[in-house]
Amino acid sequence: MQKKTVSQPTDTTNPDYYHRVVDCQWACPAHTDVPGYIRLIAQGEYSDAYQLNRHSNIFPGILGRVCDRPCEPACRRSRIEDKPVAICRLKRIAADLTDMNDVQLPEIAPANGKRIACVGAGCASLALANDLLPLGYEVVIFEALDRSGGLMRTNIPSFRLPPEVLDQEIGMIIGMGADIHFDHPVESMKTLLEEGYDAIFVGSGAPKGKNLELPGRYDSDRIHIGIDWLESVAFEHTESIGERVLIIGVGNTAMDCCRTSLRLGSTDVKVMARKPRAFFKASDWELEDAEEENVEIIVNHSPKAFVIEDGKLAGMIFELMEYQLDSAGRIESSTVTGETMIPCDDVVLAIGQDNAFPWIERDQGIEFDQWEVPVVDPVTHQGTRAGVFFGGDAAFGPKNIIWAVEHGHQAAISIHKYCHGEDITDRLPMGMNLNSAKMGIHEWSFSNSYDSGKRIPVPQVQLSERFKQLNIEVELGFSPELAAEEVERCLNCDLQTVFTENLCIECDACIDVCPVKCLTITEAGTEDDLRTRLSAPAENLEQGLLISGALPQTGRVMIKDEDLCVHCSLCAERCPTAAWDMQKFTLLKPCAGDESVSEPIRQSGA
Amino acid sequence: MTYMRRPSVVHPGLPHNDLGLSARDYEGGISTLCAGCGHDSVTSALVQTLFELNIPPHRVAKLSGIGCSSKTPAYFASASHGFNSVHGRMPSVATGANSVNRDLHYIGVSGDGDSLSIGFGQLCHAIRRNVNMLYVIDNNGVYGLTKGQFSASADVGTTAKKGEVNIQPPIDACLTALTMGCTFVARSFSGDKQQLVPLLKAGLTHKGFALIDIVSPCVTFNDHLGSTKSYDFTRQHYHPTIHTDFIPPAEEITVSSEDGDTISVELHDGSRVVLKKTDEQYDPTDRNSAYAYLQKHTAAQEVVTGLLFIDEAKPDMHETHMVVEQPLIDIDFDTLCPRRSALEKIQNRFR
Repeated sequence: MQKKTVSQPTDTTNPDYYHRVVDCQWACPAHTDVPGYIRLIAQGEYSDAYQLNRHSNIFPGILGRVCDRPCEPACRRSRIEDKPVAICRLKRIAADLTDMNDVQLPEIAPANGKRIACVGAGCASLALANDLLPLGYEVVIFEALDRSGGLMRTNIPSFRLPPEVLDQEIGMIIGMGADIHFDHPVESMKTLLEEGYDAIFVGSGAPKGKNLELPGRYDSDRIHIGIDWLESVAFEHTESIGERVLIIGVGNTAMDCCRTSLRLGSTDVKVMARKPRAFFKASDWELEDAEEENVEIIVNHSPKAFVIEDGKLAGMIFELMEYQLDSAGRIESSTVTGETMIPCDDVVLAIGQDNAFPWIERDQGIEFDQWEVPVVDPVTHQGTRAGVFFGGDAAFGPKNIIWAVEHGHQAAISIHKYCHGEDITDRLPMGMNLNSAKMGIHEWSFSNSYDSGKRIPVPQVQLSERFKQLNIEVELGFSPELAAEEVERCLNCDLQTVFTENLCIECDACIDVCPVKCLTITEAGTEDDLRTRLSAPAENLEQGLLISGALPQTGRVMIKDEDLCVHCSLCAERCPTAAWDMQKFTLLKPCAGDESVSEPIRQSGA
Repeated sequence: MTYMRRPSVVHPGLPHNDLGLSARDYEGGISTLCAGCGHDSVTSALVQTLFELNIPPHRVAKLSGIGCSSKTPAYFASASHGFNSVHGRMPSVATGANSVNRDLHYIGVSGDGDSLSIGFGQLCHAIRRNVNMLYVIDNNGVYGLTKGQFSASADVGTTAKKGEVNIQPPIDACLTALTMGCTFVARSFSGDKQQLVPLLKAGLTHKGFALIDIVSPCVTFNDHLGSTKSYDFTRQHYHPTIHTDFIPPAEEITVSSEDGDTISVELHDGSRVVLKKTDEQYDPTDRNSAYAYLQKHTAAQEVVTGLLFIDEAKPDMHETHMVVEQPLIDIDFDTLCPRRSALEKIQNRFR
């Protein structure tokens, strides 16, 4: 008989295995303990939920409104039914109901004599300051504008993110002792380097909006660059716009531009897209919000020229596009089927943004690639010159706030090591704790029963009221009552099903009771082979199979497909020998200043 | 036992049968048996069986007596008919129900106490009449509901949880059934659904009395060292003698005819059971040889499993008694209840 290749049992001692099961936490760049804070909200412990959030993402109030929410498309709930848990807006209620004066900030260690310069007072620099200030660093932030927050303040309209929320959360960090210099653009890296800082962090963002070089571009002053225009609106330099506005591009900035236009007096806003809807860059929810405000999104129109009549912008000419898709839905080719002129008073270009480093001299040992983006190590965030670090959009091009926060955390680890003469590449690994959630025969320390409720929409200001003022916040946020319903939709994916194979008597009780048929006992085999003979199809390769070692009685193996497990705990309740246990997974993510990761606590099922 | 309802959430990739139902549509209430009870696995195998046979739940009648096993009809096919009878009397109730409506699928679930002690006579007579039904014995060798005393199927030498040794010889359900003329005799194990599901499908399709004796360990009172009905003991002494495949009518048999040890038996509805022997000496169509084989190997403490005997030719109760073909419920009232004059006519024949 041919010898079968048998897969190794899953290595569950590697924190990545269970971490991946917590889809939201795994997807979050800062690895926020989402189910953890959702449970705290469920218990009414809003301040604790805020605190847990703040530990990872620093800006719960801000991110609870405007996060790009990579967690939500990842949410397991969206694989079980249609909509994910409203993770982002739950974060907001934790912030709404927390008294900011009660937020516990870390104690500040005595000054360690090290001075760090940060370029830009945006989210990346602030995250870095948040991590380094408590360790005794002197953090000096140089900001070109007269207020902090970077793009959070200049590019996100106040009807989505009120300035007071920014002030509160940024104030907490500045209040820890950051030395912030406004109206202080850094104009020379060389000069900055000569000032003798122990390390320099560049968090200057991607401040250059992309232009569209088409005929007529410079013949009118009514053609605006999206992010610059949003900034001048935020600073109240621009207070009106024409009645008919064309927004070019369908990213999230375009959505902010079209909604801002509506509040500055335009009545006819069209968002012009070159490609069909499936290729839009904007998040679904931002598209929905814009469309709800009667913004028209026109697809398959490729900009060709600006029409200037009598020295005035009269409209834009577009080519009508048709796309041929392949079987996977990718564009194979395109054809132009005609042209059309759309009249307008203003055009806003929201087609992307670039990094810009005119202030970094190219002879300072800081290398740039062919796109003028600095060469940055993706782990340490150090550029090619030792002691100069990059984060946020300045590091790898435009991303989003939560990525910038994580860059700040990682750069803080590097800078801390760098300033202490340690190897910045020698970083602590992720750790984890696993604690049994068993409280009694049928009692668990979490709400394990499946709630079939549908996603609850966030209450909003009525359409008729919204446009009266620029700064009326559209979303009202969840009430505690609505939040209490929404939290029950969370599947508690961090309550891991932990299997202890030597306790198993192969009675099949867990397999029989599992509502989503994710368990199987079968002969060992390779993972590809095993995936073909499970109780239910296991087609999502993003989620792992938990493969046990040989079971004591027959030598077969227990397989769990993590994909659709609803963490109802029935397997553990029906297990006569406690071979299955529900254990709370806590990710131990190293921060700047962590000397060591504590030893993982592992409990057997017994 | 579990208090929580099983979540209604369904795996989006779960297959559906010809009726458009998923296996979850054949489930019942959540089991209140001990966690790890073999009976729950048998229940789950029955769910799978009904799902795969495309049986509409409302065309099934579930019957049981008293005991842990007899609680299980509540845990599958909640949309079916059910009757929970007096201890050991399920065969009579099944016989009665079957007499008046032969079109339903009858599933009796009983235990070793219900069938081999208090209801032993009932079982024998249902076999003798060849009532068309599937008769499942969840056999764990103890009285679980009364804290684990030895039952009539406990082997000599097996120990109770506290250590007492059983000295009474057991009643073997399969040997009894063979003696009584049973037309479908099988033995299986709750921990082997790959074997159990095809057997249940064949038994439910078989026209006549199909007895399946299932070793179904009692985790609470009979799963210790020294027990001969524990998961561990059963696995160590497990002998799948006859491998059974159930082939529905429309499907072709893919077993190669070169395999000399393969026997194919056609069932009344056109489906087939394909039996592959793992032991040449065995003949599942010869009652005497089956009896001898079973007795010899049981004496050697082997748990012989599979479809041990099948006889598709013997007439069932309805054929023997030439009962009207329609279920009584489908017969109009006047035909079913002839007037007084009809009774007088009959009485006159005896005057």
